[in-house]
Amino acid sequence: MAARSQDAMASPPRRTGGGVDFSALLSRFDRLGVIVALIVAAGSLALPFVTFKANRIAPGQPLGISEALAFPEGPVFQAVILAGALVALIRLPSSLRLAAGLLLIAALGLMLGVAATGLMPEGSRVARVSPAAGFWLLVFAFALVAADALARMQLGPMTRLGLLALVALGLGLMLWSGLWDDVSILREYANRGAAFRSEAQTHFALAFGSLGAATLIGVPLGILSYRNRALRTGVLNSLNVVQTIPSIALFGLLIAPLSWVAANIPGASALGVSGIGFAPAMLALFGYSLLPIVANTVAGLEATPEPVRQAARGMGMTRRQILTKVELPLALPVIIAGIRIVLVQNIGLATIAALIGGGGFGVFVFQGIGQTAMDLVLLGAVPTVALAMAAAIVLDAVVDLASPGQARPR
Amino acid sequence: MTAGAVMRTVLLLVLVAFLVTPQSFAPVFEPLTRYGAPAIYAQGSLVDITLSHLGITLVATLAATLVAVGLAIVVTRPFGAEFLPLSRSISHIGQTFPPVAVLAMAVPVLGFGTEPTLVALFLYGLLPIFENAIAGLSGVSREVREAARGMGMTGWQRLARVELPLALPVMLTGIRVSAVIALSTATIGSTVAAKTLGEVIIAGLTTNNTAFVLQGGLIVGALAILINDGLMALERLLRRRNGLADTTAR
Amino acid sequence: MIEIDALTRVYGTTAVVDNVSLTVPRGEICVVVGTSGSGKTTLLRMINRLVEPSSGSVRIGGEDTRGFVAYQLRRRIGYVIQGNGLFPHHTVGQNIATVPSLLNWDKARIRARVDELLTLFQLDPEDYRDRMPRQLSGGQQQRIGVARALAAEPEILLMDEPFGALDPVIRSKAQADLLAIQRRFGTTIMLVTHDMTEAMALGTRIAVMDAGKLLQYAPPAEIISRPATVFVDALIGSGDRPFRMLALQKVRDHVEPGAAAGLPIDEEASLREAYAECLWSGRDAVPVVRDGALVGRITLARLTALAARPQ
Repeated sequence: MAARSQDAMASPPRRTGGGVDFSALLSRFDRLGVIVALIVAAGSLALPFVTFKANRIAPGQPLGISEALAFPEGPVFQAVILAGALVALIRLPSSLRLAAGLLLIAALGLMLGVAATGLMPEGSRVARVSPAAGFWLLVFAFALVAADALARMQLGPMTRLGLLALVALGLGLMLWSGLWDDVSILREYANRGAAFRSEAQTHFALAFGSLGAATLIGVPLGILSYRNRALRTGVLNSLNVVQTIPSIALFGLLIAPLSWVAANIPGASALGVSGIGFAPAMLALFGYSLLPIVANTVAGLEATPEPVRQAARGMGMTRRQILTKVELPLALPVIIAGIRIVLVQNIGLATIAALIGGGGFGVFVFQGIGQTAMDLVLLGAVPTVALAMAAAIVLDAVVDLASPGQARPR
Repeated sequence: MTAGAVMRTVLLLVLVAFLVTPQSFAPVFEPLTRYGAPAIYAQGSLVDITLSHLGITLVATLAATLVAVGLAIVVTRPFGAEFLPLSRSISHIGQTFPPVAVLAMAVPVLGFGTEPTLVALFLYGLLPIFENAIAGLSGVSREVREAARGMGMTGWQRLARVELPLALPVMLTGIRVSAVIALSTATIGSTVAAKTLGEVIIAGLTTNNTAFVLQGGLIVGALAILINDGLMALERLLRRRNGLADTTAR
Repeated sequence: MIEIDALTRVYGTTAVVDNVSLTVPRGEICVVVGTSGSGKTTLLRMINRLVEPSSGSVRIGGEDTRGFVAYQLRRRIGYVIQGNGLFPHHTVGQNIATVPSLLNWDKARIRARVDELLTLFQLDPEDYRDRMPRQLSGGQQQRIGVARALAAEPEILLMDEPFGALDPVIRSKAQADLLAIQRRFGTTIMLVTHDMTEAMALGTRIAVMDAGKLLQYAPPAEIISRPATVFVDALIGSGDRPFRMLALQKVRDHVEPGAAAGLPIDEEASLREAYAECLWSGRDAVPVVRDGALVGRITLARLTALAARPQ
């Protein structure tokens, strides 16, 4: 940072020469806006907006915006997107750019729903209209505008949570209104409503259950490891090895011992322990969760400034009091940061549980891949991604809230 | 040689022995099979599959390293500084995407086979390398940058002689994280028809042959541990060479 | 010689350095003193164009610095900063060789220069050449920082709070070393500090800056005796004036014939030390020695007179 600002200082004062000053002209535009405008141009002109398929596995027919949308919606939406690109180009206050970015993404969502409803043959249950590369690229372009504005605004934790709630509300409204009912992913959902809800439950149970268990065990283990150097080395090294083993391999490696337990320990299988399914998935996720929590607990406790610790001792606090009144409160943001890592990681990894019959959103992903039904893949992948991002945003905010007056740990 | 180093050497030797003569390990895996199923995966040569798995990981990680380090250099120069906050938050957000989801979402665009797996691994691999490269490049102390400029190094000389060498260990942390994720995600790549060790595990899962699952899992696990440890040792070496305290975390 | 002419640097609407003109004659040490935010560092950094002036000019040896490519200019000027900024990944030898290798000196010449400088700074080349900076003490690192700045035989050395990170004992040794080396090479030095005592100890001329303006530029004695503004006066500290005055001169120049009782003082000592010795031992005069041989005495009365404001 320092060197850059120095370089900026070192740049000679701007001289205004005769003729057309291109750099001055260019400086009136937002440089990111130029990139966004190019992406928008590519996304709206060169690439298909949606794909129409006679049935879910038939080859798709790519349709541009003008083909996908009738008059007058087509030109109206074209104009909105064009206006969006212009807004991106001009230098505006970040809050306006954020609002514009979010509204444009909402407009794209609306557009997708209208296109799907318009294209769907009357009464057809097998035809599919899916968002295509152009749609995704446009969403990406306007998300860039919003993300850039967010990065510049450096909002406080409560504002970020409020914004997340607002986006979730908007999404919920879109879904509830039935606007997207003709979009392929929701068609898949309509066919699998019950399965989706039960796999969602399993996914939550896997991700949050393993997190809860890992927190209950990991934090005390972290405190012990902080106190005992030999234990620390052993614990961190072995957890590190666990963390390194690829998930599907770890799921697989647990099959053999758990089958043995199920077969040989009375009552184990009655409790739901078996070689494949929920148990090994849960155990593996638990194993992955321990390292970040233990390591962050140790790191957080160690980061207590020595003068603070000495002052606490000097005032006559016992070791236990120092731990509970000084070290743990100071370590809290770092421990929560560990929990954030675990939760985001587990939401993703839980997808893989489907491969060993453990359930979760991964069921749709891998079924979809097996049937080359991409809408089904998205039915599993999109909620996973949304869930992971929401978890990250919420826990980042909690970390901020838990560290008043402290630099934010990363 | 420390106990850890001995264990790793043994692990490497066993791994190589297993890949070269898998059948000699058949008695070990026999008890895990039922109804006379084969104990050792034989639908393809384990060496070939392993090499293909490693090749995919290597190509994706190398490509990701080149691009991510290049981008990090751009956004840490004065002319690219405008994009630093945005690129940082993109990489922060991007890393919340589960690798499996990235892989799955690459399929609609790129189809089945090794290529979509490569592209997905490459894309996901960019993020940790980029983030660490930025951390490394902006972690060079103010005094050192100031001294380099004050002694008359040009921008490129400062980059090549001072900033990159000092940032290298931190970059390597990102490369290691990326490589391990790529190795792991490549395993799942076999569900989209890439030739990787996931094939062995999934064959075991679908035919209820725990021996396959175990040998596939063991090979991938051993590779991950060896690659992770090897790169970590390299990091420590570089930190020492850089005259910095050995602070290789975990 | 450094000639600074109407140099100004503006950030936004504030002039951090405001129309400063001064000339440092060849072979002299100009110390710029001021509080933080006075613009002294920016002034220094405009000389090697780490900061580009908004207006005004700098000439070095008569040549306008604007005529150079910035980085080539910097290779001709030694530069030392607080905290030394040694490259942690380079050995001591490589650090010192930085500018010579940027200038493509041949290997043998670089090596000879590195060894020469290490010896000059009382560090055995065989022992220290291949060490890493981390393996050195703070004082040694600081010496390497100065050696690195001098490596390419610059005519001018710019120093920004070079001794700021050192403890008092090592600091006065480092100051003495700097003076010795300056005498040996005849380097023109411009040094920035916030410490008036350091300025008095090192400077042949002192420039006092406040809020971007040059308040006074004069030899130390004049700064003490005729401070240009209330601010300069405050910076010297009214309670310290007579002692600062005495600290500027040596016993050598004020020896009187005659005898005195008690422990002698060396003629190279400052008048301040002689005065302190008189007061502490309760004597009216102290014998003075040169190389151990008695050469006369210095009296309390004489010292008291010298501590008074020059008329």
